[in-house]
Amino acid sequence: MAMEQILELLQDDAQLTPGQLAVMLAESEEAVAKAIAQYERDGVIRGYHALVNWERTETQKASALIELRITPKKDTGFDEIAGRIMNFPEVESVYLMSGGYDLAVTVTGRTMQDVAMFVQKRLATLDGVLSTATHFVLTKYKDGGVIFQSEYEEIDERGSNLCD
Amino acid sequence: MIEYDKLVNSTVKAIKPSGIRRFFDIAHEMEDVISLSVGEPDFHTPWHIREAGIASLEKGRTRYTPNRGFIQLRQEIARFLSRHYQVEYEPESQVLVTVGGSEAIDLCVRSLVNPGDEVLIPEPSFVCYVPITQMAGGVPVVIETGPENGFKLTAEQLESKITDKTKLLILPYPNNPTGAVMGREDLEAVAQVVERHNLLVLSDEIYAALTYTREGHVSFASLPGMGERTVLVNGFSKAHSMTGWRLGYAAGPREIVSLMTKLHQFAIMSAPTTSQYAAIEALKNGDEDMAYMRGQYDMRRRLIVDGLNQLGLRCFEPEGAFYVFPSVRSTGLTSEEFCEKLIYQKRVAVVPGSAFGASGEGFVRISYCYSTKHIVEALERMKAFLEEL
Repeated sequence: MAMEQILELLQDDAQLTPGQLAVMLAESEEAVAKAIAQYERDGVIRGYHALVNWERTETQKASALIELRITPKKDTGFDEIAGRIMNFPEVESVYLMSGGYDLAVTVTGRTMQDVAMFVQKRLATLDGVLSTATHFVLTKYKDGGVIFQSEYEEIDERGSNLCD
Repeated sequence: MIEYDKLVNSTVKAIKPSGIRRFFDIAHEMEDVISLSVGEPDFHTPWHIREAGIASLEKGRTRYTPNRGFIQLRQEIARFLSRHYQVEYEPESQVLVTVGGSEAIDLCVRSLVNPGDEVLIPEPSFVCYVPITQMAGGVPVVIETGPENGFKLTAEQLESKITDKTKLLILPYPNNPTGAVMGREDLEAVAQVVERHNLLVLSDEIYAALTYTREGHVSFASLPGMGERTVLVNGFSKAHSMTGWRLGYAAGPREIVSLMTKLHQFAIMSAPTTSQYAAIEALKNGDEDMAYMRGQYDMRRRLIVDGLNQLGLRCFEPEGAFYVFPSVRSTGLTSEEFCEKLIYQKRVAVVPGSAFGASGEGFVRISYCYSTKHIVEALERMKAFLEEL
């Protein structure tokens, strides 16, 4: 159970080393390293990556949220078509949704034009797709639990008092 | 020209300014400073507590409360103290809601001390006890604690400072700045001396919720016979991350609480109304948040203690509050020199132990009210600092 805390700590800061985690959880470094390896093998930990704010770079990126309405297949439901969609490298995430549409797909390309073309040519044409609605992302305020725009970042106001 | 110097109160004038200020000023002017210097939580007040405050404002609850605080709040305080620390108080007559724990400390000292009475103050400790005692006309008598006893107060140390003028003992545990905690056995030894010499005790337990021992926090007032000679001070700042709401409380013998209430009603009238509404929610539904925050602090505590020990800055294990108090003697620098060099060379701000009494010399106070990322970065800078020293 204590080992589950590793997941929360890593989700917050994936750079914590097994040594640091071990100290924080009062466990041995070996036990922590073993638990992490097990989580990776079991597919609980799916990967580690940097959260990049591309808006701050020279690189051009455009992303959109695509709402897809789908006719589910008799045996496989939505799984088969979701499987095909997620294999496109342009696709960042695929969620099955409750409500007015079925799949929410985020797509990233170099320009809005690229994204639009991808939706038109690759997604809309898939067997079973009834309709698509493309919503372009204008700016990212927060992603992966991290605030992307420094003007919204919290300022630490503490410490200006005399005796605390 | 008015000569204010000659007109103003000489006792106030003679009070030394706190030594911490200077470091905050330096840190404030620099960029890219990593601070480990603050004395308040980084967690926001849990949302449901803030919401209760907002809801009270929406309903227009913006008037004074009874002098002692809302009875509903005092009832919740009594339940909280009973549930967590096994001490029993009557909400009607034994509990007073104050503007932070600090006001409760001030009221208590002023209600108990006659001019010339001696007040025993273990140091290193929070900077307010000495000036408050002086303002009450009392005589502060410092008891120096040290790392050899884990900065706990021993019965022998206490005994050695008692005279026929001793009136009051201040017990600041869990301790700011050392993180020391007094367990049941430690307190029992002190209680015997207190009983024998008929002392009163102000037990400042503001950090009670942040105790990391298996035994948990033991309130001095819960010891047999001690409730009737103890004023217990606690509050919402540290336990519920509510520093800015300015809300604390005192609980104790009704005769003393009623004197404190007398002072409180003239100086303050009543503690902030919005804060009292929020505090009722904190006590009713805040135990889980409290446990969560303690868990987070505990992990950071282990991380920073281990990190400092690896750097060769020896620290005894702090068992409470959110401070570590490592020795910097191995560097050959005084506390102030160490802090000044560290901030100028590596832009890490920590507080010299000497700010908390002469016995804090040779140590620095490091707070871990920060994210692990922040702590790791600060430790790396300190490592580079020590290597270049």
